[in-house]
Amino acid sequence: MKSKIIFIIFTFLPILLFAQDTLKGMITVQEDEKISILVGATVYWLNTNTGTSTNEKGRFTIAYKPEYKKLVISYIGYGTDTVDINSNRELRHLLSEGNELGEVNINTRKKTRFVSVLSVANVSKISSDELLKAACCNLSESFATNPSVDVSFSDAVTGTKQIQMLGLNSPYILITQENIPTVRGASQAYGLTFTPGTWVESIQITKGAGSVVNGYESIAGQINAELVKPLTDNKLFVNLYGSGNGRIEFNTHINQKLSDKWSTGLYIHGNNRSKKIDNNDDNFLDVPLAKQINLLNRWQYQNTEKGWVSFINFRYLNDEKQVGEINFDTKKDKLTTNAWGGKINTNRFDTSVKLGYVFPETPYQSFGLQTAYSNHKQDSYYGLRIYDIEHNSIYSSLLFNSIIGDTRSKFKTGLTFTYDGYKELINTTNYDRIENSIGGFFEYSFDNLDNFSLVAGIRADQHNKLGVFITPRLHLRYVPWGKSVFRASIGRGKRSANIFAENQQLFASNRKINVFDEGGKIYGLDPEIAWNYGVSFLQGFNLFEKEGDIIFDFYRTNFINQIVVDWETPQEILFYNLDGKSYANSFQTELNYNVLEYVDLRLSYKYYDVKTDYNSSSLSKPLIPKHRFFANVGIKTVEHNNSFWKFDVTYNWVGEQRFPSTITNPIEYQKSEYGKAINLLNAQVTKVFSSKFEIYFGGENITNTTQKNPIISADDPFGEYFDSTLIYAPIHGSSYYAGLRFKLK
Amino acid sequence: MKKLVLISGLFLIVISATAQKKSTKIEFEVAGVCVMCKERIEKAALTTKGVKYANWNIQTHMLSLIVDERKTSTKKVQQNIAAVGHSTKEVEAPIEAYNNLDPCCKYNDEEVVKDHNKNE
Repeated sequence: MKSKIIFIIFTFLPILLFAQDTLKGMITVQEDEKISILVGATVYWLNTNTGTSTNEKGRFTIAYKPEYKKLVISYIGYGTDTVDINSNRELRHLLSEGNELGEVNINTRKKTRFVSVLSVANVSKISSDELLKAACCNLSESFATNPSVDVSFSDAVTGTKQIQMLGLNSPYILITQENIPTVRGASQAYGLTFTPGTWVESIQITKGAGSVVNGYESIAGQINAELVKPLTDNKLFVNLYGSGNGRIEFNTHINQKLSDKWSTGLYIHGNNRSKKIDNNDDNFLDVPLAKQINLLNRWQYQNTEKGWVSFINFRYLNDEKQVGEINFDTKKDKLTTNAWGGKINTNRFDTSVKLGYVFPETPYQSFGLQTAYSNHKQDSYYGLRIYDIEHNSIYSSLLFNSIIGDTRSKFKTGLTFTYDGYKELINTTNYDRIENSIGGFFEYSFDNLDNFSLVAGIRADQHNKLGVFITPRLHLRYVPWGKSVFRASIGRGKRSANIFAENQQLFASNRKINVFDEGGKIYGLDPEIAWNYGVSFLQGFNLFEKEGDIIFDFYRTNFINQIVVDWETPQEILFYNLDGKSYANSFQTELNYNVLEYVDLRLSYKYYDVKTDYNSSSLSKPLIPKHRFFANVGIKTVEHNNSFWKFDVTYNWVGEQRFPSTITNPIEYQKSEYGKAINLLNAQVTKVFSSKFEIYFGGENITNTTQKNPIISADDPFGEYFDSTLIYAPIHGSSYYAGLRFKLK
Repeated sequence: MKKLVLISGLFLIVISATAQKKSTKIEFEVAGVCVMCKERIEKAALTTKGVKYANWNIQTHMLSLIVDERKTSTKKVQQNIAAVGHSTKEVEAPIEAYNNLDPCCKYNDEEVVKDHNKNE
């Protein structure tokens, strides 16, 4: 368990300053026993329009007038401090820890997403403010304003959004909720839609190998979502959302402090879409009909004197989706050829317990225990295809933190135990199996308190299907000169591919499934193994007195073995072990610049080269664009009595994408070799009336970009050519939404 | 499952063994005023052999250390801290080291200290 002791101390010491009309200063925070400079903290004079933010060294310069007496300093996740200023002597300020994290009232201009300068791994953090930029509605939609994660559409029938990192699909990303692996196994395809956005407090995205502490599965990266906590979340929170495409959502949080040690929270989410939409007149629903009830109850225990902290969580989810032809009637037409349709019914129960202890006598030592159980049951059919999966999962880990010599050298060590029981049925074929593993890990980190740090981890696991294996990972961080950070990482990942659960979109086609049984232990296939290497360089700069940074990333993933999903033959879908090479190269450059006082700009260009040796030939991976361009502009107006406007615009240009071959189809069912490049534009306006109430409205896909005839053979869905999986653009055109948020401290 | 219990048990033994390793708490006052002083004092303390943990409190000026007494002494730590410019009751910082401190860290300058207290 992460132990984060942040002391509330502050001090400021003005010294003589050279310039007359400016105030200079430096803002720091204390984190993990260490003072660090705070980059991007907001600094402004109370009740004025004069504000700035701290640079890469944690320093700021702000215009000064003798009548300015109160300086407000704030940073997301920390407190908001108001400091009395009597002269323009240099200020040094240790920002107090926001004991109440939820108190991040949106009353200052904050940098809502940043690439951490201090962490050794290439981590970018998304705060709750950034999450609000994409108004809707669950974890899968939370990455719209973040260029590190790409969002694509999986198929024209279920409309599920898939995420990708470094050119690889989400199964290669370890997705955790408070460091417990969650979106995996049976929940791989739809799992991201099962965490409502309002539950998320922040997201950490690690590119590349990541830490060994959370297991051996991550290959392209790790995404961790921290949820809101009973002690720090609003006492009451209500969010309503309605969209022109028929989607309505409801969220409420109720938090209660029971004693000075115990708090509890109840979080209720519901969504519904009952309107049938078929704007492209192919007789298929453009977006599925959907219903979801999602309940979470959290208990938080905190005894700072004795050093104990604990969380206990219970979650229940019911999700129903109906897909297919608009006149499909689930009662009459199920599994018949009257009309093509499908239903995906998911029931899920989760419970987890976390316990952490910090030794009061030796504050650098702590241990944590976490245990999670989940039961995930999906009953579904797609046309005439039945797909049922039940997944019982147990994850348990024990973690001990301490030091070697002194606190510059730390280590984490522990044990992980996992159990996954699958009952899987496709039509009449059973694929029941049990996977379990036990493993130990050791992670060493060193920080010279100056310009160099490293994290080196290794784990050994014994797995009934993957065998006994070692997972090494290494991350380095070096600051060659001011305002810059150089990082490098290397690591290995290994996993068992849940070929059907991960590729469920293929059921919305009449492709014949063919698994090449090669005597392996998972569907007759072997485990997937890959190495990931990466380097990253960040340089901060100051241009026209405005702060900015530029980032260059290069990552390569090299598969030793991969389960190749081969859909290059139009009527088939083949799964087989890689024979030859498979790799993904990704290059990304990103520019963040605070153009004007209240305007933030983010630009990004990405290049992907993802190639696999298929049985037929070596091809670039289908439906992965080579080039992407991303731009985001955020504007926040001047605040009067906690009231202001926020504007946010995101533009994506997605280059042409290769279609899997359709050459043997009849001419009317053939696709060109490439899907066209597309432009996507989203925008949102938020009006904050007070710290309690705000409304927002926005548009998705404003340029109304859609794919013409997304479904092959939509007129004959039971014929052999029917296929809804060749998707490169949105199915649904532009849609507009509005919502409100109400919160009580 | 049995294996798990066994390994977990072993693991806990390792934890308690490490936790009981010889370590002593020491506390003494170090002159200083600000966050920069804090960083400097702690770094000087931590880079002394035998010091495991260091935390200097800005308000009380008390430095809390956890040390292995077999490898170091209070005196040694104080000498190292003095070498970077911070005095203790027992060891006075050399004047050159004090002069090298950032202007805001000049704890002997009454103006600096007064400003600090006033703002607090």
